[in-house]
Amino acid sequence: MFEVRDLSVQVGTKTILKNINFNIEKGVPAVLFGPNGSGKSTLLKAIMGFEGYSVLSGDIIFKGKRINDMHTEERVKMGLGIMYQHPPQIRGVKLSQIAGFLSGDRERVAALSAKLSLENHLDRDINLGFSGGEMKRSELFQILLQDPDLVLLDEPESGVDLENISIMGAALNEFLKRPGKSALMITHTGYILDYVGSQNGCVMIEGSLWCVGNPKEMFESIRKFGYDKCKECSYVQGRDHKAH
Amino acid sequence: MSRGEITKHIEAGEGEILASSGMDATEKTRSGSFLQKDGQVSFSHSLIPGVDILAIREALKSIPEAKEYYGSAFTSLKREFPRDTEGGYFIRVKKGVNVELPIQACLFLKSQGFKQKVHNIVIIEEGARVYLITGCSASAAAKEGFHLGISEFFVKKDAFLNFTMIHSWREDVTVKPMSISLLDQGATFISNYVCLKPVKEIVMYPTSVLSGKGSRAVYNSLILSHPGSLHDVGSRAILAAEDAHAEMIARSVSLGGSVINRAHIKAEFPRTKGHIECRGLVMSEKGYIHAIPEMESDLRDVDLSHEAAIGKLRREEIEYLCSRGFSRDEAQSIIVRGFMDVNILGLPDKLRGEIEKIEERNLQSSF
Repeated sequence: MFEVRDLSVQVGTKTILKNINFNIEKGVPAVLFGPNGSGKSTLLKAIMGFEGYSVLSGDIIFKGKRINDMHTEERVKMGLGIMYQHPPQIRGVKLSQIAGFLSGDRERVAALSAKLSLENHLDRDINLGFSGGEMKRSELFQILLQDPDLVLLDEPESGVDLENISIMGAALNEFLKRPGKSALMITHTGYILDYVGSQNGCVMIEGSLWCVGNPKEMFESIRKFGYDKCKECSYVQGRDHKAH
Repeated sequence: MSRGEITKHIEAGEGEILASSGMDATEKTRSGSFLQKDGQVSFSHSLIPGVDILAIREALKSIPEAKEYYGSAFTSLKREFPRDTEGGYFIRVKKGVNVELPIQACLFLKSQGFKQKVHNIVIIEEGARVYLITGCSASAAAKEGFHLGISEFFVKKDAFLNFTMIHSWREDVTVKPMSISLLDQGATFISNYVCLKPVKEIVMYPTSVLSGKGSRAVYNSLILSHPGSLHDVGSRAILAAEDAHAEMIARSVSLGGSVINRAHIKAEFPRTKGHIECRGLVMSEKGYIHAIPEMESDLRDVDLSHEAAIGKLRREEIEYLCSRGFSRDEAQSIIVRGFMDVNILGLPDKLRGEIEKIEERNLQSSF
């Protein structure tokens, strides 16, 4: 469903991602670990086609089509979606406006906003004065309305209390169980792994993918030994892979 | 007098221009109308009892107290004002009258190079309430026109006036409104200014004197500045009584024009409050916005604050909307429409809807 081949990405004058290769299948969400500044968010932004993230070489292939040169909104129309870690505040733009654009079904908008306790946020400027948990719920709300086939999740659980993680995790899990759906998710805390089943994990360090394996096992290993241990893994950039 | 009579005084080609500055020619949603073209008052009538709407010249002849009001706001502040005016309106809402539908007044520049100079007086008597919408516009022929509008507002005890002024000029018209409002105890004066079309130059700095206890003045503005336009606009409030409260909210978008957003609140009395909020969005490299929020007091027991922010459209905001499937143009347009938020004007639903439509038409033609 989604493939990245030999992808190198530059931000400004700096090459951040170097020769990245991976693929994601339908129904098999992938988990991306890595220390701060390793390039994980850059990878998601490059996949979305955001300005300033220049692909130096390689291909991004979605549903069999090379999407390198497509505008963000065209990628979105093909079925890509992203849940932001730190979404911007936009004064004067209401959450309900975006919800209305994403789904013409008013009843669905009302039901989903109620489910995510966002009824009172619909008429508010998007993300303005939202708490961390509210922002994440709003992101999830929009993504579920958008209904992409591949959703990119940038630390969906960061800054969220346990109760909210449970609400969000359950909703995400339900979404990803539907046929044809998949995800690429970044996590630091690993909490989301309790809700979203995945057998497909990898670690990014200094702009390269180092290690591939079962996400839960990898997360335990990272917790015990840190990311340095990942570098000892035999899998680097397309070689045979093995978890710690 | 019947509704819609004003249409007899609107010539071919004028209707759309008048509508762009808020004129409802059917008068179905209005309580009365005033129309002046160049120096001539074309039409005025009130559709409800307790409301006087007439030409200032006529009022000075037929209403004895009109003379006492004329110029008195300016002289109370020891300010000079031009006396060579020709026309203008006199609007009075009598004690206790609650005018549900707005009153409309329109000052129209019709001829090339005409210098329109008007003097307006608005008196809202004790406990009365009214929404007044004033549209100022220019015909296609009114090249290099000039408009000077002197306005005096007297808002009496516990009275309420929402004054919404819509400017819809041409790129070669120069405009200089001068206005003073005097607020008695418990009075509320809300002044909304909307200017979305090109203009050569607008300079205005209306002043409110809040000399009544618990009085409130609010100045809101929505300005879209086109290339070649200069808007030097601001507002001043003098808090001269206990619990007086002033608020100024400005939203300016420069498409290449220059905007100077001034705001000044002076607290002359203890236990008063004032807040200034000034936001600007520069959409073009040639655009310019200069926000000058000023607060002044030598008293300890006052609460004055301001926030000002000028920026360009943020890439992250556009990208965020694109990541939801909006095109870049759509994203930009949504953000600007959101920024120019008509809700800040504090209008009732129907009137807000009208202004939203006017704004939408202008924004559509600008993007």
